[in-house]
Amino acid sequence: MPFADSDPDASTAGPVSIKILIAGGFGAGKTTLVSSVSEIRPLRTEEALSEPSVLVDALEGVEDKTTTTVAMDFGRITVRDDLVVYLFGTPGQHRFWFMWDELALGALGAVVMADTRRLADSFPSVDYFERRSLPFVVAVNCFAGAKRYRPDTVRTALDLNPGVPVVLCDARQRTSSRDVLVTLVEYAISLISDSEVLSPS
Amino acid sequence: MRDDPWLDRNSGPVVRPYALTGGRTRPTGETIDLLATVTSTAAAAPEELPLEPEHVEVIRRCRQPTPVADLASDLNLPLGVVRILLSDMREHGLITIRPPMRTRLTDPQLLKDVADALRRL
Repeated sequence: MPFADSDPDASTAGPVSIKILIAGGFGAGKTTLVSSVSEIRPLRTEEALSEPSVLVDALEGVEDKTTTTVAMDFGRITVRDDLVVYLFGTPGQHRFWFMWDELALGALGAVVMADTRRLADSFPSVDYFERRSLPFVVAVNCFAGAKRYRPDTVRTALDLNPGVPVVLCDARQRTSSRDVLVTLVEYAISLISDSEVLSPS
Repeated sequence: MRDDPWLDRNSGPVVRPYALTGGRTRPTGETIDLLATVTSTAAAAPEELPLEPEHVEVIRRCRQPTPVADLASDLNLPLGVVRILLSDMREHGLITIRPPMRTRLTDPQLLKDVADALRRL
């Protein structure tokens, strides 16, 4: 940083950015949630061609998988002039974890979207965030026609730690999606308070 | 017979953006965070450098500090490509890249502000 000392813009480096991941299986409602609550735009990643998973796909001859392009749902919520929340909706399968590692770095936390018809699809996301110790909430997207489950049932099925919030939502509704995000932020705050109580500095 | 899965008729989207990077798939220098802020150092593109339209566009857009993810989305280029462009431009002193401010994520007051603001959405 050769110009760090003389940089006149040190105090106007842009807003503080908060990163929240929206994870979950295919079709669980990630895109719906991001678009109901934020300005959504496509964001493409295109990783090195040497990614092993990509080679495997290509050799298997999957017609539409000859590129390594992955589209993410990218949403922006301008909270204040100096505070912006970014949402990154990412595919939940293991083969996309190379993206998650970067996305999870410095993230406030994650929302795992769960579809009760295919609850197992959210296992990899739950595993991932548990291992990374990243705060996450499970949002059960209530699809029309799907059997309604009580949050406790979902909690048991996913074998979640007792503190992890499980909320029902309708990702199409702005207020419902917003409440999911609020639940996550409040949960993250509670974890900070807990750690301060446990390890006073 | 050569059987290269990358060069079939579907591989256009891979090849084209990387032509812009001279075929490189990795940026040089310090890692560029997804939410790092990019700022142009000059108001206009210097004429002595052989810049592509994408470089000029970065200079134009980053007169206001702009996060990398926003830039990639606005330019409709993959993140990997944008990172290489930015690392080149940084080497030439055309832009500065500032890592995102992360320390305050442990600040309960900041997070309360976020929660309050979200509730008002």
